[in-house]
Amino acid sequence: MSHAFVEVQKAAKRFPGASKEAEPLTVFENISFQLEKGEFVCIIGHSGCGKSTIMNALAGLDQFSEGSMVMENKEISGPGLERGVVFQNYSLLPWLTALENVRFGVRARWKAWSDREVTDHSMKYLEMVGLKEVVDRKPSQLSGGMRQRVSIARAFATKPKLLLLDEPFGALDALTRGVIQDELIKIWSQDQQTVFMITHDVDEAILLADRIFLMTNGPQARIAEAVEIDLPRPRQRAEIVKHPHFYTIRNYLVDFLVNRSSELRTQEFDEQGLRYPTPVNPVQLEDAEATTDSTPASPATEPQENLVKFTPKEIRHG
Amino acid sequence: MDRTTTEWKLSLNVRATILAVMLLVVGLGVWEGLNQSPLMGGGAELSEYEQLLAGADESAKVPPPSEIAVKAWQELSNPFYDAGPNDKGIGIQLGYSLYRVLSGYLLAALVAIPIGFLIGMSPLAYRALNPFIQVLRPISPLAWMPLALFIIRDSEASAIFVIFICSIWPMLLNTAFGVAGVRNDWVNVARTHELSSLQTAFKVILPAAAPTILTGMRISIGIAWLVIVAAEMLVGGTGIGYYVWNEWNNLDLTSVIFSILMIGVVGMLLDMSLAYIARFVTYAE
Repeated sequence: MSHAFVEVQKAAKRFPGASKEAEPLTVFENISFQLEKGEFVCIIGHSGCGKSTIMNALAGLDQFSEGSMVMENKEISGPGLERGVVFQNYSLLPWLTALENVRFGVRARWKAWSDREVTDHSMKYLEMVGLKEVVDRKPSQLSGGMRQRVSIARAFATKPKLLLLDEPFGALDALTRGVIQDELIKIWSQDQQTVFMITHDVDEAILLADRIFLMTNGPQARIAEAVEIDLPRPRQRAEIVKHPHFYTIRNYLVDFLVNRSSELRTQEFDEQGLRYPTPVNPVQLEDAEATTDSTPASPATEPQENLVKFTPKEIRHG
Repeated sequence: MDRTTTEWKLSLNVRATILAVMLLVVGLGVWEGLNQSPLMGGGAELSEYEQLLAGADESAKVPPPSEIAVKAWQELSNPFYDAGPNDKGIGIQLGYSLYRVLSGYLLAALVAIPIGFLIGMSPLAYRALNPFIQVLRPISPLAWMPLALFIIRDSEASAIFVIFICSIWPMLLNTAFGVAGVRNDWVNVARTHELSSLQTAFKVILPAAAPTILTGMRISIGIAWLVIVAAEMLVGGTGIGYYVWNEWNNLDLTSVIFSILMIGVVGMLLDMSLAYIARFVTYAE
């Protein structure tokens, strides 16, 4: 039935109400999306819209209340090595050194390998993230950025088919974040894994993603749109901002987060049954508007020209 | 940095040592001074009563430190002599006590750590076993002694059983507490890497809970060493507890004080060795 690499259909998360009479709290519902193989998808939305729940469900650590999840035509139930996870709080084992932490993952993935092979493979990935010199340090002796690098090295070293990143740079300062983003691009462009990443940082999403899912505010959140980022690769932080389309995309995303994520009451989407997020290309949208000055191409999108000037450094909520 | 402040910091250990030595000297000096035996043969002729008492003081006095030092030198220069049931070297007596403590303690560890693991992992096991633990834990270990003697019918094994029962609780509860408190993130790491339950237990939960478990083991060894003295006073025959009581019956207070000191020193060494082991499993988050 499903042909996409990852297929999520009509997923919902509900929590029982405080009392028996109370309505159950619906965090999100009618969430459906597809991920293609080798695609880098970011998901943006305000806190409480259920991004992390979606991610944890894909990782097999949490469950949807309704809906189905299929990866390569197999139902996802429980965690597995074909899906790697990088958490915001690094999740390194503090009693192991950086190398041992990566070895932990590699050993779990390839049980038949010799110790030598496991170490060599682990070292290769630690070198890729520039940690060759500090592999014998414990996480407590590493900076936050270094810890997240170890965590990323561990996740990539196990070569999962789907890599899930839950706000991996959320706790890092802007400079460190930039450096590790570049490393992430480097390591990703080598292995071409499918990546699904939560972020709060609009610039980060544009830099990394092929598509950006935009979630409306919870409760009853939906993925409203899937914004296509067609900026040429390989992308670099310093260069990308000079691209003529960069601010068109950026303003479109910021406008969604600031205004439309709360305005869009998305029940009308439900009438469409199984509904995937509306594909949007802000650049084409702008071109179309400039020429025809008529109704936008997509039914759910009405970017307001006067708001396009709003460019805060970054959007972080809650 | 200011040079004087650095000097002050460096001298903290030195100052503490000086203070400790001063306290020791003053304490021993007062003790020595207050408990001198009356001078013999000096001054006036002894009365008939005094002659009967052979010059002893009217009230018995605690032996002064100098006598204890002489005794300690004698005992420690030949700690392993064996001249019959009631005359064994201090090393032999301590050896018996250590043997009992360590065997009871290790048996307790073998039981407490797996059960603690189970209780920590399973809320069901915790709720089912908690009432038993809460009732059994406050029982003084010596209260088990008559029952143990009746059932086991062997004083040696009964002493070991008493050590077993008193060291089990801190290890059990600390293991359960440590295992239950393992961060969910670390368990999730094990889950996303498809580790089996056994691998998760040994590779993630055990190292994560190890510092707490070691704390429990350290508390247990301290309690076991406290209890063995009392247990051996009851059971008799050998061991440092028996030795103390036997010397009391001999009215040899010098030996009593010397053995009290030895109990303290051995207890400290036991604690230090577990603290040393704990250093290998502690980690900073």
